[in-house]
Amino acid sequence: MEKSIITKELISEHGLSEEEYQRILEILGREPTITELGIFSVMWSEHASYKNSIALLKTLPREGIGLLTKTGEENAGVVDIGDNLAVAFKIESHNHPSALEPYQGAATGVGGIMRDIFTMGARPIASLNSLRFGNLDTPEVRHLLKNVVRGIADYGNCLGVPTVAGEIYFEHSYTTNPLINVMTVGILEHQDLTTAGAYGPGNYVLVVGSATGRDGIHGATFASEELTEKSEKKRTSVQVGDPFTEKLLLEATLEIIKHDLIVGIQDMGAAGLTCCTSEMSAKANTGMDIDVSLVPQRETGMTPYEIMLSESQERMLVVVKPENLQKVEKIFTKWDLHSVKIGEVTNDKILRVRNNGKIVAEIPTESLVAGFGAPVYHRQKEKPKYLNRLNSFDITSIHKPDNYNQILVDLLKSPNIASKNYVYHQYDYMVQINSIVAPGSDSAVCRIKNSNKAIAMTVDCNGPYCYLNPYEGAKGAVAEACRNIICAGAKPLAITNCLNFGNPYNKEVYWAFAEVIRGISDACREFGTPVTGGNVSFYNESPGGAVYPTPVIGMIGILEDLNFATTQYFQHADDIIVLLGEHCNEIGASEYLKLRIGEPIANAPKVDLIYEKKVQNVCYQAIRQGIVSSAHDCSEGGLAVALAESCFNRECLFGAKIDLHLIYRPDFELFGEQHSRIILSINKKNLPQLMKIAHKEDVNIIEIGKVTFDKKFRINNFIDIDVENLFDNWYNQIAKLME
Amino acid sequence: MRFNIIVFPGSNCDYDTYFVLKNVFHCKVDFIWHKQDKLKNADCVILPGGFSYGDYLRPGAIASFSPIMQELKKFAQRGGLVLGICNGFQMLLEMGLLPGSLMLNNTLSFICRNVYIKVINMHTPFTNTIAEKNVLKIPIAHKEGNYFIDEEKLKELQKNNQIVFQYCDKQGNTTEYTNPNGSVNNIAGIINKNGNVLGMMPHPERASEMILGSDDGKFIFQSIIASTFANHHKI
Repeated sequence: MEKSIITKELISEHGLSEEEYQRILEILGREPTITELGIFSVMWSEHASYKNSIALLKTLPREGIGLLTKTGEENAGVVDIGDNLAVAFKIESHNHPSALEPYQGAATGVGGIMRDIFTMGARPIASLNSLRFGNLDTPEVRHLLKNVVRGIADYGNCLGVPTVAGEIYFEHSYTTNPLINVMTVGILEHQDLTTAGAYGPGNYVLVVGSATGRDGIHGATFASEELTEKSEKKRTSVQVGDPFTEKLLLEATLEIIKHDLIVGIQDMGAAGLTCCTSEMSAKANTGMDIDVSLVPQRETGMTPYEIMLSESQERMLVVVKPENLQKVEKIFTKWDLHSVKIGEVTNDKILRVRNNGKIVAEIPTESLVAGFGAPVYHRQKEKPKYLNRLNSFDITSIHKPDNYNQILVDLLKSPNIASKNYVYHQYDYMVQINSIVAPGSDSAVCRIKNSNKAIAMTVDCNGPYCYLNPYEGAKGAVAEACRNIICAGAKPLAITNCLNFGNPYNKEVYWAFAEVIRGISDACREFGTPVTGGNVSFYNESPGGAVYPTPVIGMIGILEDLNFATTQYFQHADDIIVLLGEHCNEIGASEYLKLRIGEPIANAPKVDLIYEKKVQNVCYQAIRQGIVSSAHDCSEGGLAVALAESCFNRECLFGAKIDLHLIYRPDFELFGEQHSRIILSINKKNLPQLMKIAHKEDVNIIEIGKVTFDKKFRINNFIDIDVENLFDNWYNQIAKLME
Repeated sequence: MRFNIIVFPGSNCDYDTYFVLKNVFHCKVDFIWHKQDKLKNADCVILPGGFSYGDYLRPGAIASFSPIMQELKKFAQRGGLVLGICNGFQMLLEMGLLPGSLMLNNTLSFICRNVYIKVINMHTPFTNTIAEKNVLKIPIAHKEGNYFIDEEKLKELQKNNQIVFQYCDKQGNTTEYTNPNGSVNNIAGIINKNGNVLGMMPHPERASEMILGSDDGKFIFQSIIASTFANHHKI
């Protein structure tokens, strides 16, 4: 073994607590070598071990019909969609790397989540992203946005996976700590479902893909601490992506899976070789004996420590039966990729690492892995003091506006509401020719070739809601995701989540985290959409404080018949416009209130989950009965913005003439963001049929106006403005701010 | 009618093109791996879109040295039909089968969206069934699609009727405003002098089914099939 030289400083530099180091001594019965210290350090980092979140994560609803994987145990969640097909999907964050190096940080975020999908045996068919930045009036934020988008575009476009949907919000809280969450969805046939287990002692362990360099060493540890001025020096913790190699890896991997040549496979993401070897063997109740000197290296003089901890991109660990070695090598050679045997699966449950035969680490695999022997902590919680001040804000103290036209224009120009075409036109959203509903509508819809089915996808979260009320905000995120899926004509299936928070050792942050878990749980139970997996990202803080609690929900839904795919855009002049749901008597946490006051304030809108589900049922049934021309969920900006967006059909702009019988204050009715509201446009003759469905579900339905050809947007005597004017303001605002 | 689609490492519109030719046009289609040196009874060879070799060096530059490309050159010299789409267009320029070059878009970014293109030359094997409709709605998706050629050679292109497609608006007006990427003369696609090698930036395979928002791209594949049929008939 290597001679140990462990000092107190070294332990603390590795982010390990005194208590954790004592545990290492107990597990090993001796001092660790430097390589072992590195291995424990990354595996017990927050990023890899989920040590501060796993106890709560286990309370999320994880059971459901058609789940083909157990939550958190594989690279991604997999859901059966019938006809021997299944969907693999997952969301992940790449926040810290992107804060320092936005282009590479975002690009490698895409690369990582793609590998999680194709290692399941699924071909990625779509990618989504959920991004948070500070306000666009600072050049630093514009730099971040521009390069994050370029990074996502260059990587995803080259790979040939369409980026079909997403969301972007701009709030002061994210100024120095942007959030970059990326989701990928893949399709597989059941027999190709692949595991991440190193089964079968005696089987060979292969490293495939790119050569290993010194990039990204300690990336996982880096992601598990707050960003400070010193973080700039950790720029080398950010990996560099090569989408071309990833494309080859994608094709080669799917080819070996198709030929049934592998036992197990895992992406080398955070914590690289260390994470793969320990997780794959712990999962299979086996061990591994590897020699790092065999790993292809692109730099000279790399130590075992560096090879084990490197996060070089586009690499995977593959376990194969000895008799299949040659066939696997032949396929990787065809794609000009390395595939090198570095060791074997053993039955002693020990991760044994050698360097030229000499043992440099020997650790019981289980002791390293989340869900097995890695530490589990329960942190203290405390309701934040800021909430009382913010929640008790009296919304009626706001004067009624004088000029509703101007408010509507200002809301449409708010970067949170304005069209994101500046972004999505940089993404290839059409490659693979499945995108039947393009970016911009409530959900993206991709057909599944050679079938009549399609998949609807969305990512949703309103950070300010979660800041002002984490429980209701989290419920709202799930409810809105569901509503978006329903509005596309699909049935919600399951979710993946990416939980972005500050430092879990801060009691207030942890309280919000626990509230969010409770909110997601309640909502997912009600909607029957289990949590299939996801990612927790803590330490999203900078000297200015923590980001808003931001639990991003990625949801997929199924259309059994793709002909029912529906968009938010009005289709025919003279269709009537109908509001499903109730009048709105609140403006808490709304964009409108932010416009008036300058910050997110008051309380987030509450979700009545039972009513929400009924509203969604009505919408779904109406679409399935073929009587709906368009369906759009009311969210940021409220009813008025939702109506305006429905007019923005790119093929042909429409107008709307709305006569709304007001019960409450007009600005509350028009701009409040109450949940459980959907706007439908339908042919007048179908109104009785729609009413029948609504009455059966006991859902309120209000005929509020009609679609017009004249390109005028009118609401009672409050708003009267040209749609082209609204459209131009909405469509071009972000590009203007980026100039 | 048999199409060959050449697959390079990094091609990503190969399957899309294959799917359309198989499922919409019911043609025989073969993938040809770039390391092969023989085509397979091709009537038309398609160089698909994507990022061959990750666009390293220059888009299409490394692919133009693949073993199959020698065979492709001979095929083109014999008068065989060759269609280069997007990255395939870039390869045809790198190989010298078409004149000019494609530079970074003047927006400096990747652009993916539907555009309209005007069919300038309807007397090519790729456009001869378009007659009644000379404006097509077809998407573009590229970062390097800004076509450049010097003035002298541009005149030559015009004289020989080699400009096949120009970016335009819905009504067919070709203006600076309808030019998405800065291409000289709004050029979206050109053909060689012999009239058998076409390169175009827009993706007809993405606009061959109404469910995707347009099926104007079908005209191009239809034309190829019709002219091949006519040609066989002659023989």
